[in-house]
Formats: sequence, structure tokens, C-alpha cells
Amino acid sequence: MLITKRVDFSASHVCRNPALSDQQNLEIYGADANPHGHGHNYAVEVTLSGEPDPVTGMVFDLKRLKDILNERVVEYFDHRFLNYEAPPFDRVVPTTENLALEIWARLQPALDGRLAAVRVYETEDLFVDYFGGAR
Amino acid sequence: MIRVTRRYRFSASHRLHAAALSEAENRTLYGKCNNPFGHGHNYVLEVSVRGPVDPATGRAADPRALDRLAEKVVIRAFDHRNLNTEVAAFRDCVPTTENLGREILRRLEQAWTSEFPGPWPVLEKIRIAETERNIFEISR
Repeated sequence: MLITKRVDFSASHVCRNPALSDQQNLEIYGADANPHGHGHNYAVEVTLSGEPDPVTGMVFDLKRLKDILNERVVEYFDHRFLNYEAPPFDRVVPTTENLALEIWARLQPALDGRLAAVRVYETEDLFVDYFGGAR
Repeated sequence: MIRVTRRYRFSASHRLHAAALSEAENRTLYGKCNNPFGHGHNYVLEVSVRGPVDPATGRAADPRALDRLAEKVVIRAFDHRNLNTEVAAFRDCVPTTENLGREILRRLEQAWTSEFPGPWPVLEKIRIAETERNIFEISR
């Protein structure tokens, strides 16, 4: 069985690789390369897999899941400028792909091996899924 | 591997009518969708691609390249069109959303290398909503 919980946060970022020229960054990231930064209302869907516990009837305690997501994702990223305030994005480009990988890494140790997928929406019309394994 | 999905919208009209069936059979089978004057939908298309994250760019796919491809082969061809009369693929093929999905997949596949010449990303699936309540998904 799969269960999914959704949380959201708002943050600003710049997509820019310092190893590349301004022109190259503009070609790769377009408007996302604006050095002043810009923001998104991100939404994160976290999917766990497992069988319901025979006693509690739950795959995972949703209250506990909510606390974990708030602590490890929302409080860390909400209303932050990712590049300046949320490592590793001081040295890793904060693309939606890299955000999904980072959110997976932050959540995985706390979810009793049940994490199955992380979906990050940068906007309603652009989202990425990471299912673990090779990047 | 990461899956990147981009959502697009287009509006189009169609009429469901199978040439091999009688008028009465068509009315029974397709109901309101058989109205001879046609009718329209706001379609929502999700295109999903898969690939490894490029360590230099932090990206598995360039969304702007995907936008160019979708604009060229899907949006421009279908948006504000009558699918039955203006899209050659539906002259002899009923424009159900199943068939529309197949046509979209075929078009994306055919033009894929014009925007994505390398081995990655690969086209993984499309999902198309005819209305919020009718959704079709085709994996490759």
C-alpha cells in the first residue's frame, strides 16, 4: 500500500553554476539564472510504502509523519533563500531535481525504510519524482 | 534517475463517431460525444521524461527544450482546433482521448531528437486529462 502526504513551503533561489559563464548560465537556466533570485510556492508529496500494522491499521503514524516533514523539510526551507540559507544549496545548484534528492536524503533516515517516492512541485506545471537509487 | 514532468494545456473540439458503425450504433455508443456539431474540452497534458541528474547543471531535463518540443508538435497542432477536420491523423480515426494520447506520444517520439539528441532524457509516459474526471495515461 502507498500513502502520500503533501506539505508546502515558499522559498527563493537562483539557478547558477559558478563554474560557468553568465552567458552559459543564461542559456541553461533562462530566467531561473537571474542573480537577484526569484521564488516559488513549492509543494512536496512524500510517498511511503508498506502494509498496515495489524494493531493500529496504519502504514505509518500520520501525526509522526507530519512532525518529521515539518521538522526536516518545511522548517528548513520555508521562507528561505535556498542558496544563502539552506545548505547544501550554497554549493549545489537548487534545481527541482536537486531539491528532490536533498529532501529524500533528509527524510530517508527518519522513515523506517518506508520512503518510496519524493515528488517536488516547483510550480503546478513542473514537478519531479525521485524513487531512490542511482541519481 | 529522476522523472521530470511538465504540464501543458490546450483546448480543442472533437466528435466521436466510428465510420464502421451505423448512426444509431454511434449514438448509443458515444452518447453526447456523438453530437454531429462536435464539442470541446480543455485538455491537460503531462509529459514525463526520465534521466540521470547532470552533475554540472543539476538537471535531468531542460524544461525549456521540452516546452519547445510540446509547443511545436502538440500545442500548435491541436490548440483551438477541430481535431476531426483539422488534424490529418483523425480523418479516419476516432479522436477519443485514447487515440489522441497515442497520436501525441507518436509526435513527441518522432521529433524527440530535434530537442534531445543525446541518450538522456528518455520519454517515459504521457498523461492526458480530457476533463478533470477522465484521465488517460500511456507509458512507453
